[in-house]
Amino acid sequence: MHNKTIAELSAGLKAGEFSSVELTQSYLDRINSLDEQLNSFITVTPELALEQAKQADEQRAAGNAGILNGIPLAQKDIFCTKGVKTSCGSKMLDPFISPYNATTINKFNDSGSVMLGKTNMDEFAMGSSNETSWYGAVQNPWRKNAVPGGSSGGSAAAVAARLAPAATGTDTGGSIRQPASFCGITGLKPTYGRVSRYGMIAFASSLDQAGPMTRTAEDAALMLNVMAGFDPRDSTSVEETVPDYTANLNDSMAGLKIGLPKEYFSEGLDDAVAKVIESAVKEYEKMGAVIKEISLPTSNLAVPTYYIIAPSECSSNLSRMDGVRFGHRCEDPKDLNDLYIRSRGEGFGTEVKRRILVGTYALSEGFYDAYYVKAQKTRRLITNDFNQAFADVDVIMGPAAPSTAFNIGELTDDPITMYLSDIYTIAVNLAGLPGMSIPAGFVNDMPVGLQLIGKHFAESKLLNVAHQFQQATDWHTKAPAAFK
Amino acid sequence: MSTLDKSDVEKIAFLARLGIDEQDIPEYATNLSNILDMVEQLDSVDTDGVKPMAHPLDAVQRLRADVVTESNDRENLQSHAPEVEQGLYLVPRVVE
Repeated sequence: MHNKTIAELSAGLKAGEFSSVELTQSYLDRINSLDEQLNSFITVTPELALEQAKQADEQRAAGNAGILNGIPLAQKDIFCTKGVKTSCGSKMLDPFISPYNATTINKFNDSGSVMLGKTNMDEFAMGSSNETSWYGAVQNPWRKNAVPGGSSGGSAAAVAARLAPAATGTDTGGSIRQPASFCGITGLKPTYGRVSRYGMIAFASSLDQAGPMTRTAEDAALMLNVMAGFDPRDSTSVEETVPDYTANLNDSMAGLKIGLPKEYFSEGLDDAVAKVIESAVKEYEKMGAVIKEISLPTSNLAVPTYYIIAPSECSSNLSRMDGVRFGHRCEDPKDLNDLYIRSRGEGFGTEVKRRILVGTYALSEGFYDAYYVKAQKTRRLITNDFNQAFADVDVIMGPAAPSTAFNIGELTDDPITMYLSDIYTIAVNLAGLPGMSIPAGFVNDMPVGLQLIGKHFAESKLLNVAHQFQQATDWHTKAPAAFK
Repeated sequence: MSTLDKSDVEKIAFLARLGIDEQDIPEYATNLSNILDMVEQLDSVDTDGVKPMAHPLDAVQRLRADVVTESNDRENLQSHAPEVEQGLYLVPRVVE
């Protein structure tokens, strides 16, 4: 049962082959027996899950079941879930039981789906390896001691290991696509503003976006159908109609214009990863797509631009964690400053502190124009490059990450090299574009992700392009040996 | 080259109201200096006349009618606060 996709499980529920209670119990059993090896969940919610499953079965019996009815899902621990611990991977929020639901959680509840629990993640989504989590590192199901990527590393590992049919993730600089690549699953970061950020703990508000992490593009379409839409509670939510994302999955690739940015195939890219990407592109050529080399000349500015904008916005957003209204508070504060300084000093880990310090410096008096405003300008240049490229091509393709998963501990002492593992994903967030990573092959038994980048609101096109690849190849069906 | 020293890190940490262990300060100073060096690549880029981009879709802040939309949920929202009394958040005495 655990190798089935959402689409297949939904058909099984509809045909009465099994109930949601049975399905949910089977996933809870898998989590119970296997997650000790992975640490992909921070919180498992068996009672809530079985209660939701029972309700889903009742709804189905009453003839009232949508496509996600009764489907168990895992939620990244960045989404506020009422009555359930919402830690964001931090000691700071370890005591935080959310008093309300994120819009995304409400939407999944309304769909009749079942929440299995909350997945591990880099602390406040700041990291590319899941090692900054206060709850410990997550293992990559494909190789012990390899990282699953981050920040949505718990979600990626859980889906790859078949501990959940699908999960949610969030992506500020690659946090859905890079772990999807490292764990051999399908991950979609929608256009900025497409999915509500309400109740999704903020990291960098001009970049953050939530999306699905699944095994197939079809499942990602089913998830996005639930997640996408305008939300008056999110001031950056976009008022744009939501299509049925499954409607165009079967469109032909004949004549599709694919752009390959030469900057994405230059220095820094592992040769074996490059070969996998090249053969994936050939697959599209066989399907009738037209390949064109393009240039994104400001690609080298993406990482420095991001490491001004993201820390600046994080230093502002995380000021709310002050030990007063929720979260960790130090013992016996002697005055108000002591309360702030010690609560935050004890509650945050090293990487979060590093970024708060960079952001505080960049926004401080006398430096704001030189750093933040400058980065907002280079951000526009990066975006202009994409707009120009999309005048000639429908989709841009390249690697999702420069290598396969590295080892736990390998890069923790070298923040800048760690930052460069997001070199191909970050520009997409800066430009607010939708991007995906889909399984494209293996190097030394470790998965490689092909990145697809689309125009604003072209999620349907990306899902179509991803689905067609998955009709022609079977990389996305491969499971790690220990979790088959 | 931006080189931050110990006193710079202490000053920034205070601005952020962020406690940092004394023995970790040199490492933060090194890492922060390296990050600032990395982002200073941007200095060489000509951005004259480029409009700063605050929103990837260049959207502006949406306004709504000034009407009450949320109900008072104080008890629920305060139930997880570290210290509350009579509906108020407690902090150490600020005014003697």
